[in-house]
Amino acid sequence: MRVIIIGCGRVGAMTAATLDERGDHVTVIDVEQRAFTRLPSTFGGVTVRGSGTDEDVLRSAGAEMAELLIALTQGDNRNAMSAQLGKHIFGIPRVIAKINDPLRAEAYRTLGLETICRTVVLADALVLAAAEGAEATNGAVKPPTAEPRQGTPPRGSRASAQAPAAPEES
Amino acid sequence: MYVVVVGGGNVGYYLTKELLAAGHEVVMIEKDPSRARTIADELGSIVIPNDGCEGRYQAEAGMARADVVAAVTGDDEDNLVACQVAKMRFNVPRAIARVNNPKNEALFRRLAIDDTVSPTRAILAVIEHEIPIHDLLHLAELERGDVQVVEAQLDASSPAIGRMLRDLELPEGSTIAVIVRDDHAIAARSDTALRVGDSVLAITSAEHEAELRSLLIGE
Repeated sequence: MRVIIIGCGRVGAMTAATLDERGDHVTVIDVEQRAFTRLPSTFGGVTVRGSGTDEDVLRSAGAEMAELLIALTQGDNRNAMSAQLGKHIFGIPRVIAKINDPLRAEAYRTLGLETICRTVVLADALVLAAAEGAEATNGAVKPPTAEPRQGTPPRGSRASAQAPAAPEES
Repeated sequence: MYVVVVGGGNVGYYLTKELLAAGHEVVMIEKDPSRARTIADELGSIVIPNDGCEGRYQAEAGMARADVVAAVTGDDEDNLVACQVAKMRFNVPRAIARVNNPKNEALFRRLAIDDTVSPTRAILAVIEHEIPIHDLLHLAELERGDVQVVEAQLDASSPAIGRMLRDLELPEGSTIAVIVRDDHAIAARSDTALRVGDSVLAITSAEHEAELRSLLIGE
């Protein structure tokens, strides 16, 4: 599948890398060249520097052939606009916009934009975690065993800085 | 008329001032609190210091009874969203957006924004009128750009000079509407011969525009 991802932040870079690994044709757009350093060195897709709300930039990123566009920048309005450009100007069959404001996300759904809202996703996940346990989060954590609960404070903590220096272990 | 202005930059500020002077009722929504305060100090308490794209601040601005919303921030995406929220949630009859990138006008129109104003395009048009050009000048778009109203300035290099309109093999879907000669409009009749200095106004389908161009202006 040909996918365009707008915004190479942490979420964008991870989504791009995972889809690329799966064998999709991924193009990532970001205004900052530096943002692309978040992509792993194994990333086999294309990076395009520019604004995802600019028709020309989208065209050079292959929007005319894309099957999916995901807008993940920090700006809700930018994402809404990129997604609508993709849908109405380039006729991309599926567009997803990250809209953090739940009210606006709902409004755009009524306009036919698929939206993903961090607040809703995270709240849903936490409700599920409360009900179903650790399978619904990133997995169960083991209780720490290495850290002493009493006795000398761990090295580097404020307490240890005030305490007399512990003899170096050899 | 009741107008809500979104954005208190230079355009929003002068627009609000002019509207007030003309006797209209105006509320402005400006995101930057210190800018909002500065404007309120001068124009009175008609400024809501918040994000004009958000429904609740639009509600506070009385968007539900607004006749017009004018979104004039410096960011096209904000203007688009402000207008869309106003139309979707408050059914504002008329939404006007400032468009910085002229290419966005097509998108905005398609998304039911009633009017777009592009300063970039306006300046471009002025420059194109001032500088002799060897291309068709786009005057208007109809049917979402499928039909173009264009103007061709004929100079001595035009292959159409001396020819009568009936002898021009106009491409399909194209017609010459009027000829402007010495600042006067003259009817485009089949026996009208074209002269150097004529300005030919034509209507053409977008797909045959290139053919019309080579016919009137040359290669």
